[in-house]
Amino acid sequence: MQGLRAYRLIAGMWIRSTMAYRASFVMTAVGNFAMTFLDFVTIALMFSQVDALGGYSLSEVAFLYGLSGVSFGIADLGIGSMDRLGRRVRDGTLDTLLVRPAPVLAQLAADRFALRRLGRLTQGALVLGYALATVHIAWTPAKLLLMPVMLVSGAGIFCAVFVAGAAFQFVAQDASEVQNAFTYGGTTLLQYPPTVFAKELVRGVTFVLPLAFVNWLPASFVLGRPYPLGLPEWTAFTPPLVAVACCALAGLAWRAGLRSYRSTGS
Amino acid sequence: MAVDGAFIELDGVEKVFDVRRKTGFLKRERRQVRAVDSISFTVARGEMVGYIGPNGAGKSTTIKMLTGILTPSGGRLRVAGIDPSRDRTRLAHRIGVVFGQRTTLWWDLPLIDSYRLAHRMYRIPDARYRENLHRCVELLELTDLLDVPVRQLSLGQRMRGDIAAALLHDPEVLYLDEPTIGLDVISKAKVRGFLRELNADRGTTVLLTTHDLQDIEQLCSRVMVIDHGRLMYDGPLTGLHEAGESERTLVVDLERELPPVEVPGARVVRVEGPRQWLAFPASASAAPLVARIAAEYPLVDLSVREPDIEAVIARMYADADAGAEAGEAEKAVS
Repeated sequence: MQGLRAYRLIAGMWIRSTMAYRASFVMTAVGNFAMTFLDFVTIALMFSQVDALGGYSLSEVAFLYGLSGVSFGIADLGIGSMDRLGRRVRDGTLDTLLVRPAPVLAQLAADRFALRRLGRLTQGALVLGYALATVHIAWTPAKLLLMPVMLVSGAGIFCAVFVAGAAFQFVAQDASEVQNAFTYGGTTLLQYPPTVFAKELVRGVTFVLPLAFVNWLPASFVLGRPYPLGLPEWTAFTPPLVAVACCALAGLAWRAGLRSYRSTGS
Repeated sequence: MAVDGAFIELDGVEKVFDVRRKTGFLKRERRQVRAVDSISFTVARGEMVGYIGPNGAGKSTTIKMLTGILTPSGGRLRVAGIDPSRDRTRLAHRIGVVFGQRTTLWWDLPLIDSYRLAHRMYRIPDARYRENLHRCVELLELTDLLDVPVRQLSLGQRMRGDIAAALLHDPEVLYLDEPTIGLDVISKAKVRGFLRELNADRGTTVLLTTHDLQDIEQLCSRVMVIDHGRLMYDGPLTGLHEAGESERTLVVDLERELPPVEVPGARVVRVEGPRQWLAFPASASAAPLVARIAAEYPLVDLSVREPDIEAVIARMYADADAGAEAGEAEKAVS
């Protein structure tokens, strides 16, 4: 795959670039980890006052948090800098990518590839580890199988949001904050049980922007909890399909965006 | 691929942009701007062509269409037999592009790293990569700079670095967008010298946009002038001077303040104390003029100034525009 190869080459260059400032890299990586770590500490502190949040125990909330954190962490590590597209369109540097013999999407996905984002992923994994160690789950083969499927599908869904957001920036070049609202905002939302949110919001992230498929629905199956919006049980197994559909739609949006850029310029 | 040597072919190529402008809180006016208006030309393999025109004339838009960045709105365009907008990545292996204002080099990494990336991204065979790198490094005097991070290079060094990066994969055509902009005299000379050799030794086709008439004079046998999206002139540089009736300026310093110098074939355009400016046709020789003035006036010092490109072009359309007022490039749609 030409795209993957280009991605690897460019990501490698960015890693070497960041290593030119080693101290800065270590500090931002640690900072990244500390910030996300404190994020979970606030939730743990909340549980020193209450026994349950929306009917979920601390371990169960940690389970949701960890799943969302790892899925998002993978997507963020992989293509988290795609929101820089708007800037590249504005300052004209996108053109330099268009004259190289590699797909623009792959080049842009690797843009500013930053290993410091491992901090976020690590934190998500630690919280997930804590949840798995403390929560009581009656494990079955189906539940075990669903775990990795859930993480990969979740990462796919978040990737699709990143790509779709970037595609939107071909039209609105200063929309990176809007994109962040969906990506970073989305992952924060998923860290809490669906039962604490208004029904309309839950509907929105189920049927419009299908983030509920990242963890809420499959986790309900694993935890043996009632499904949000009273959805049927089989929806817990649909995340891979939803992820593929999202990626396909995002791919179409990307192509449309790139085509419009190439026909109108900046 | 065309056998007759027509390496770049444009036939009635157009590029129309929709420009939306805010005219009120929610009201938007849509205008169509013809950035490139039915341009046709061919460039043979091995030619070295200057593409000039004022800012916003459509130069960059043309280059962007030739490199496959932009899709033309109409007309036919082929580079090495390839339709650039449809086969962008295939074309990328055969062209080199240098954007004068934007470096493609990796800012925080040693120069050599950018070349290693090109080596792998363009899948250049090892032997050929080594040979090309060696040649470029030698001719562009980059030997001592290879291990220096790009951010520490001067503008001239970076430009040379960028040119080398664009040539490692042996492109058949090299596009240069303002390659000498902001460079000092020595850097300009190095870049020009290199481009001349590249064209002579390797037969690389070169198309360059510039604001510097000397670039054209020293490099290009052929020049194309574009303005308002239309090709105004296509031919040798000497012809451009004739078409634009351009004038050179002779600046003379006399011993003291004197009334305007009177010599046939030149007219005084400015007097400032003992210094006087005389305009004379660019096609005429300055020698007889200088001899005459030296003989008749107390001459202390003198210099000859070449016409700048803007002046030549401006003069060119002063005539064209007067005749064709109707040919407006912009048309309001709604």
